[in-house]
Amino acid sequence: MSSVITKRITQITQLNSILVSKRFQSVAAPANLKTFKIYRWNPDTPEVKPKMQEYKVDMNNCGGMVLDALIKIKDEQDGTLTFRRSCREGICGSCAMNIDGRNTLACLCKIDSEKASSIKIYPLPHTHVVKDLVPDLTQFYKQYKSIQPYLQRKEFPKDGTEILQTVEDRKKLDGLYECILCACCSTSCPSYWWNAEEYLGPAVLMQSYRWMIDSRDEAKEKRKEMLQNSMSVYRCHTILNCTKTCPKGLNPGKAIAEIKKFLASA
Amino acid sequence: MFMLRNPLLASLRSSYKPNTITNRLFSINKNLLQTPAKGQEILLKQRANRPISPHLTIYQPQITWYLSSVHRVSGVLLGAIFFGVSIAYGINKIYDFGLNDDSLVEFYKTNVPTWLDYTGKASVAYLFTFHFANGIRHLVWDKGSGFTIKGIYKGGYSVLAVCAVAGSYLFSKAF
Repeated sequence: MSSVITKRITQITQLNSILVSKRFQSVAAPANLKTFKIYRWNPDTPEVKPKMQEYKVDMNNCGGMVLDALIKIKDEQDGTLTFRRSCREGICGSCAMNIDGRNTLACLCKIDSEKASSIKIYPLPHTHVVKDLVPDLTQFYKQYKSIQPYLQRKEFPKDGTEILQTVEDRKKLDGLYECILCACCSTSCPSYWWNAEEYLGPAVLMQSYRWMIDSRDEAKEKRKEMLQNSMSVYRCHTILNCTKTCPKGLNPGKAIAEIKKFLASA
Repeated sequence: MFMLRNPLLASLRSSYKPNTITNRLFSINKNLLQTPAKGQEILLKQRANRPISPHLTIYQPQITWYLSSVHRVSGVLLGAIFFGVSIAYGINKIYDFGLNDDSLVEFYKTNVPTWLDYTGKASVAYLFTFHFANGIRHLVWDKGSGFTIKGIYKGGYSVLAVCAVAGSYLFSKAF
């Protein structure tokens, strides 16, 4: 027993010395500064206009993703910098923002070390800003709720078992169910910028399609009827910023095209 | 999320002064006395002030939305010329103010300066071929195909190539 403990202690000591030497190395290396220009706006001083604030981060002791840099800035330079983050691995969708002009998740966006110029970070485009990089997504969530994103049918199995579907039918949901509702696509869409009140936008429409083609769902006609108007779907002009920007590699543009075909076939 | 959106908690944070522990506790207790109605009031006040984040001016130039906007602008411009002239002919049929092909050509020759002649004809030639080619691209999309990112870019560059070649041909025929 005691030998095990001694062994463990030696291991920890070794590990410590490695860590310490690494830290000294990073101190010795010349600073590799990267400039981040970040959109700032504070609701406590609404009369002060939104501005871009510059931060410099030493990339020698910073993680590789933009989210790492943001967290480092918040920790070490400016605690008032506000942004959403949670999973840091592209599955929660919290850290969606506009980085160097395109919408993506900060946690999946590599910091380009070759690029000499600064990295510009804005909140998701054409959203109401709650603070700094935090957009108000109330309307987005309301729209998602409006398409009734849940299984609807007359009867569910009495014994509480699952409703079976064929392998082919299940396959139809691939590329649709993976959406994390980060709102990158919807807020990249110029049509959604101008018509967010009534146009549902790519993310919500793709989920609408996901329920339309689910073989277990029996509310197809109702779902179709909800979209039969000039605004809900048809403000999509196949611009395709959505498909281009999706950080999960999904294809909302294609899903909307399928909805249009579905509506046309009556 | 909840923390950020909840004005009650937001007001807690803003009044938080880390002097002493008692100070801090006192400050929290006092603020907890705020009613939900008061919180709602603060939220509404904040909402009224929220700026809209920048969009057109900061979004990365991409083939996708740039070609889409050219498609719309070209459609509007060509449509305005087509409908403008057609409607003028129609009105002329009723009120007869001497508009016919010859008088139109005569008006164009005497009033339009060379630079406008060139820019006008070039714009119409290139915008027409672009709109035509991109229209075919839209029909392919309406069939449900060509939606991969590779496909979108291939289509976009093809349309630009067609526009350059056919547009130049059309332009050369305009004199």
